[in-house]
Amino acid sequence: MNEMTPMSPVRGERQGRASSVRFQNVQKSYDGEILVVKDLNLDIASGEFLTMLGPSGSGKTTALMMLAGFEPATHGEIFVNDSPINNVPPHKRGVGMVFQNYALFPHMSVAENLAFPLKVRKLGRGDIEARVARALAMVKMESFGGRRPVQLSGGQQQRIAVARALVFEPTLVLMDEPLGALDKQLREQMQYEIKHIHENLGVTVVYVTHDQTEALTMSDRIAVFNDGRIQQLSTPDRLYEKPENSFVAQFIGENNRLSGAITEVADAICTVSVDGGPTVKATKVVPGGRGTRTTLSIRPERIELAPAKGALPVVIPGRVEELIYLGDHVRVRMSVAGTDAFVVKVPNRVGRTLEPGHETTVGWDPEDCRALDEIAA
Amino acid sequence: MSVLKLPPYASPLEKAWRVTYLVICAAILLFLIAPILIVIPLSFNAEPYFTFTRKMLSFDPAGYSMRWYDQILTFGMAAPGAPRNASWWLDVWENAKWVEAAQNSVIIGVSATLLATVLGTTAALGLSRPDMPFRRAIMGLLISPMIVPLIITATGLFFFYSETGLAHTYLGIIMAHATLGIPFVIITVTATLVGFDHSLTRAAANLGAPPPLIFFKVILPLILPGVISGALFAFVTSFDEVVVVLFVAGYDQQTLPRQMWNGIREQISPTILAVATILVIFSVALLATVELLRRRSERLRGLSPG
Repeated sequence: MNEMTPMSPVRGERQGRASSVRFQNVQKSYDGEILVVKDLNLDIASGEFLTMLGPSGSGKTTALMMLAGFEPATHGEIFVNDSPINNVPPHKRGVGMVFQNYALFPHMSVAENLAFPLKVRKLGRGDIEARVARALAMVKMESFGGRRPVQLSGGQQQRIAVARALVFEPTLVLMDEPLGALDKQLREQMQYEIKHIHENLGVTVVYVTHDQTEALTMSDRIAVFNDGRIQQLSTPDRLYEKPENSFVAQFIGENNRLSGAITEVADAICTVSVDGGPTVKATKVVPGGRGTRTTLSIRPERIELAPAKGALPVVIPGRVEELIYLGDHVRVRMSVAGTDAFVVKVPNRVGRTLEPGHETTVGWDPEDCRALDEIAA
Repeated sequence: MSVLKLPPYASPLEKAWRVTYLVICAAILLFLIAPILIVIPLSFNAEPYFTFTRKMLSFDPAGYSMRWYDQILTFGMAAPGAPRNASWWLDVWENAKWVEAAQNSVIIGVSATLLATVLGTTAALGLSRPDMPFRRAIMGLLISPMIVPLIITATGLFFFYSETGLAHTYLGIIMAHATLGIPFVIITVTATLVGFDHSLTRAAANLGAPPPLIFFKVILPLILPGVISGALFAFVTSFDEVVVVLFVAGYDQQTLPRQMWNGIREQISPTILAVATILVIFSVALLATVELLRRRSERLRGLSPG
């Protein structure tokens, strides 16, 4: 990715010029009744790539719009570099933004689009041309300056939108589902490119998406939004491996759920009587003692099929219902503890020996099974 | 049969209907355009009549002349018989009734168009904002000059202007014509704004442009085709308006339609036909030019590919 660093002369001067962001007790309501964002508190470090992830209507885009200045906060204060920005109009915030539909000016050429923020800032002609050329080189679109946006493909428009958001060297860049309109392959490629641009420039990026893979691939930290609140704010690996509530466990990655009640607590490990029959051990996350209702969450790849005797503390019986061949692995749908939607991922080699109707056992380490808050059925 | 563009399975009845349909279409077009077209040959009449003479019908060159076109220039001149040199043309410019009327029409038309375009465009922009209260009511009010019978508007303006001292002034006529033109601008600009991507204004603000710059660099270039169409309608409205002018204008403020009106009443002369012919050609040229420019700019602005 070294050919992508024609902006590197700027890099030194830029590093340390990234902005930090702080949301403090921010609330937002459009109609004065329903809160779309409820008491948002969030610290974003300078130079961080933070992703706001959540289903539609979770308040993540509203939070971004408040940061960009397009929506006023109903309550609370937003700080950039420790200065409040609630009363700063959007055009004075100096924040770069990539819009969902790219929002390229159709009546201007690509180069004019890139020059727009520089002309507004009254830079000299030569300076503008040099910066536009550098920005085009950064997204590998050097020869496209004279084209109009309608003459570009979706992926090319996307690159220009990224270049335009960065060309005036903002210290904070917002991205609102920028890859949503691209096909899968292009999306993956752009994920890497955006990540590398972030690494090269060192700017702070606040990225909004509903695509968990995108969030896991690109982010330093992820804030999972639901119902106007941050459900969990962690690094991608912690978010996947140690979800703190059922929503996060369900929203990020695949997840087997078993409902039950806690019968015994011993430090971090609790014993849970699953509604479907067996009693198992799990890592206790949900607060409360004996009798607390809980939902157990286990990742399909952390379950072992027919483990050797004594190898795992938890082993319960199950029956193979269906095999789904997925190339590198096989998904086995099983009936376990009263549910027939229990999924185990096994390597292709092991999966071939299985057949539907096969009675076997499943086992796991209590470390990998988390007792979370109960999901209202 | 290929002329009828019918599928091969069309029944005889369908073919018959297709022919009837085309005949009806042709008849309607003829009905609309015939009164305009008939004026053109009549304006070359050698005799002072509004009908085709025997000579004209037999295409005898003696039946045709340019005398009524000449009359446009000479009518009202101090010395129409003088040799046609520079001072004769100056006389035309200063004294010919038709030339004076054309000058007034252009001054009033252009001023009213500018006023109507500025006011109508800003009104359309405001009315297109989702947070604008009473949008429908205000829209209805602004469109009303197009719906209210012209004679009522004219009477109202006459009494209002008499009280305020605007009667018999250019400003009064310009304002009255602007009122009549504003609805056209509002309608065409509103139609253009329907497809307007509002994230573009957000993007411009985000890139550092203050609101006035956003308007002139982003919004205006994109809605320009609508603005131009509206302006054209406003100009034509003013250019052929006679009722309000009759009520509001002073005696020396003759416009082309008013002069034609006078011509019909006072000196029944085919000069009117010559003027009408010139106006038809002028209108067609104006419409064609603006439409070509609009298409060209739309293509250049990348609103339509290719």
